[in-house]
Amino acid sequence: MNSEIDKKPQAIHPHKFTLWVAMGSIVMMFAGLTSAYIVKKNQSSWLEFSLPIVFWYSTGVILLSSATIQLAAKSFKAREMRRYRTLITITALLGLTFLALQVWGFVNLEQNNIALTGSKSNSAASFLLVITGLHMLHVLGGVIAILIIFARAYVGRVKNYSSLPIEMAATYWHFVDVLWIYLFIFYNWIG
Amino acid sequence: MSNEAVLHASVGAHHEAHGDEHHEHHQDTFITKYVFSQDHKMIAKQFLITGMVWAVLGGLMSVLFRLQLGYPESTFPWLQDILGKWAEGGKITPAAYYALVTTHGTVLVFFVLTAGLSGTFANFLIPLQIGARDMASPFMNMLSYWFFFAASIIMLSSMFVETGPFSGGWTAYPPLSALGDASPGSKSGMDLWIISMALFVVSSLLGGLNYIATVLNMRTKGMSMTRLPLTIWALFFTAVLGVLSFPVLLSGFILLIFDRNFGTSFYLSDIFINGVGALPNEGGSAILFQHLFWFLGHPEVYIILLPAMGMVSEIMSVNSRKPIFGYMAMIGSLFAIAILAFLVWAHHMFVTGLNPLLGSVFVLLTLLIAVPSAIKVFNWLTTLWRGNVRFTPGMLFAIGFVSLFISGGLTGIWLGNSALDIHLHDTYFVIAHFHIVMGVASMFGMFAGIYHWFPKMYGRFMNNTLAYIHFWVTIAGAYMIFWPMHYQGLAGMPRRYYDFSVWESFKQFGELNQFISLVAMIVFAVQLLFLFNFFYSIFKGRRVTTLNPWGANTLEWTTPIRPGHGNWVGEIPEVHRWAYDYGKDGKEFISQDTPIGADESHH
Repeated sequence: MNSEIDKKPQAIHPHKFTLWVAMGSIVMMFAGLTSAYIVKKNQSSWLEFSLPIVFWYSTGVILLSSATIQLAAKSFKAREMRRYRTLITITALLGLTFLALQVWGFVNLEQNNIALTGSKSNSAASFLLVITGLHMLHVLGGVIAILIIFARAYVGRVKNYSSLPIEMAATYWHFVDVLWIYLFIFYNWIG
Repeated sequence: MSNEAVLHASVGAHHEAHGDEHHEHHQDTFITKYVFSQDHKMIAKQFLITGMVWAVLGGLMSVLFRLQLGYPESTFPWLQDILGKWAEGGKITPAAYYALVTTHGTVLVFFVLTAGLSGTFANFLIPLQIGARDMASPFMNMLSYWFFFAASIIMLSSMFVETGPFSGGWTAYPPLSALGDASPGSKSGMDLWIISMALFVVSSLLGGLNYIATVLNMRTKGMSMTRLPLTIWALFFTAVLGVLSFPVLLSGFILLIFDRNFGTSFYLSDIFINGVGALPNEGGSAILFQHLFWFLGHPEVYIILLPAMGMVSEIMSVNSRKPIFGYMAMIGSLFAIAILAFLVWAHHMFVTGLNPLLGSVFVLLTLLIAVPSAIKVFNWLTTLWRGNVRFTPGMLFAIGFVSLFISGGLTGIWLGNSALDIHLHDTYFVIAHFHIVMGVASMFGMFAGIYHWFPKMYGRFMNNTLAYIHFWVTIAGAYMIFWPMHYQGLAGMPRRYYDFSVWESFKQFGELNQFISLVAMIVFAVQLLFLFNFFYSIFKGRRVTTLNPWGANTLEWTTPIRPGHGNWVGEIPEVHRWAYDYGKDGKEFISQDTPIGADESHH
């Protein structure tokens, strides 16, 4: 009871900490959904089908974007603002590419007569749509966050050299990346 | 450092760099002070008053459906005047009855006892008791309230749509919740219900994230985790439960939305609706929704109960003038409850065809909750034991909480047995159990908190005489309403039925039902007395003249009588001891910010 709290200088910024708790919360949501997937799969009339090939490409794209945002954060801290701007733009574009590829994957499935919604749909495909769609929403949130940070670099009278926003964006971006990898492995080999 | 950084970042330009002495907000307008406020204390009051509005509406609904249950043969022409077609000829229609019980449940569980209780006291007490100027993110905190407000408006509007609000029970089980054709209440009322609940989940998550980050990062110097008042520990575990369980509910809701609107078959299979015909949905499982719902649903009851437990611990110690008995045991039992909360959800589903072996595992885990619960009860009683008890209204409600928690907790041991549940499930026994242990007990915790911290909230006291009337009528009434329901439940009387007088076996309860309804109306009227006391005292109550009217140790009583945004004028006090040095070394109480004296005995 006599431990003095004297760790203030190296303490994590509360906003960063909040982000980590929020990521824990998002994990619970996907844990709930993938558990439901497993429960459902073990019941009758589950449609087996293979994932569209394009999901492999989107996996590559999101992995690449994780690398670019990491480099962007690094250049921000080194004050190489030009490089930072290029990298963050590439990251945002890769994010949008990822989203487009996912949509393409869904279109592919529909073309192969695997209905995602509607009366002919099987919950195997519907689950894929809902879980992947929710993940896409989280990626979209990341893209918007990046665009806001990007805009802030130009707009505003006061120059802000705090690396907190870009660090938080990078953490979140890695998180949605890892989340997709988990889902990808889950669809292919676990669920 | 981080404390200052956050407050200044959010309040921004109003502040000078060394803002410690400048916490007057000269530029505050009516809008920034009372409406879009980022001050945790104002947000707490917003949660409280919105919660009160919902409590009145939800309570009124119970009075209305108790009218039907108590007087099934009578008609009340005035009902038609206020409810229109929902009470044709002065008698509540079956559709309206189901709408009333559903909305009563949803509103009381989520809007009153989650947002109104933990929203109010987590916001109010966390920064004040840990020594922080505000939450980790005051802006997110404000958003949390406004999401709740939007959810409230949408839920309220669902009561005015033509087909009525959702009426398939607060648990929203499919297929009633998933098929618009299933019942009138499943149409647009359910759409609004689900949008409202989704917004509510977002509100809870934003709030919960903030509470966790604040407790872990923003404590003042010297405030180690083991020096925190038990209120903060309880609110902390509440937030953890919310952050981990609400997302699962949201995922269940998302699947439900797809089933409702996009023709998927997550929850639906082989359904035939009268007048519509057979539905194409195949392969879905309604039980899946129950799993997702109760994975939140069970932690939810602790989200409701833990804040009350924390406040009761604090109020009981202050008003017994004794240290809380077993401080570490109290934290340990909160922790145990928080863990077990996630491992018992299937006890709500014993009769859904659950594998009996799996059921027995859930029985064991459920009964294990009795251990931490008993530890807490023991510690409350031993805190009272030989204490110098001051029977303030807050203290009375705290003692009332313990009484209700014991009574309601014991029936939990019955219901936790899957074998007994075959007979007891979906009867009035369940209604009695959860209303006492979760509903009324948590309301008592909330009342205790309001009476105790009202002086800090508004700088005035509430009227004691009215408070005593409020307490005695409410506790007597709560037992008179719910005690008889145990007997009804044991006799097999099912919940959610519209009219028992048509059953030969339940006719014998006609007069008992009348009695329960009568008491329910009296208890409801007394709550209006409490509301009058509350609002009257805000403006006309006796003024608080000393900083620390209760002689309490915690940090909120070191702030000015009416603290501004930022809470402390000058530096935040440093903490030197735990919160429970009452009656130590001949001193009545020693505030947490008092340094350890040279002649002090063991601490």
